[in-house]
Amino acid sequence: MKRSWNASVWWGSVLVLVGIVSYPLLFAKFPATRDFPWVNLLLIALGLVLLGVGIARAFRRPDAYRGKIFGSVVGVLMIACAGFFVYAIFVAARQLPASHGAPQVGQMAPDFTLPDSKNNLVNLSGLVSSPFAPNGAVGATIGEGKTAAVLLIFYRGYW
Amino acid sequence: MRSFEKALPEIDSRKIRIIAISVDSPADSEKLRESQGYTFPILSDGRDEVIRRWDLVHAHGGVDGADIARPAEFLIDATGKIRWVNLTEDIVVRARPEQVLQAFDGMNASGRSGP
Repeated sequence: MKRSWNASVWWGSVLVLVGIVSYPLLFAKFPATRDFPWVNLLLIALGLVLLGVGIARAFRRPDAYRGKIFGSVVGVLMIACAGFFVYAIFVAARQLPASHGAPQVGQMAPDFTLPDSKNNLVNLSGLVSSPFAPNGAVGATIGEGKTAAVLLIFYRGYW
Repeated sequence: MRSFEKALPEIDSRKIRIIAISVDSPADSEKLRESQGYTFPILSDGRDEVIRRWDLVHAHGGVDGADIARPAEFLIDATGKIRWVNLTEDIVVRARPEQVLQAFDGMNASGRSGP
């Protein structure tokens, strides 16, 4: 009797991997799927269920389905991958410094001068008191009215 | 930062300037601006000087173990005073443009810093 290649093990693994990889590649771009990665957790859970079904039938009906050994190895691997994802998102991502010494609301912003990506020096207090120029035009003198506020975004970097 | 780029019309209409800061070199920042289509300036703090002074260092937070900036957002009014701060406790949860616009509208409604 010809044994089936047990598609559910394969599709389950693919779903788990897609569920993990699609977070940085796609779903992290949208706040609704980034702040809590529900799409990815759903994909991973679905993948693990499929994988479980595949492994279960490989053991129950080894005459009909392949994958007792292969399925078990892949199963453990995928659980490890899913565990890594959960750890990265729910534990590692929250290990941020408290930054108690950061400037607080009501304080004056400590001034600084830093080069922009075209090596022009930008000075915070100069920018705050300069005429407004639409974003994307630092150094542009054309502006209407005063700058009302500056939004400073510190970020981790591109690596 | 992608969401802030998308919200630029609303941000521009309020005369808010956006400045991003990271430890990346100007060349890397320029690459990021080109690849992501960011039009606001990105400043380079390669030696962590400003990031350290603002107590925003995430020690060994970079992939190569380098000190980098933790994500943080500040809204500074025309007098140089900080009016709104967002220090996330989770790398994946960042400030959204709506929060900034709301904070800006709120600080002007309070009348202490009219436009």
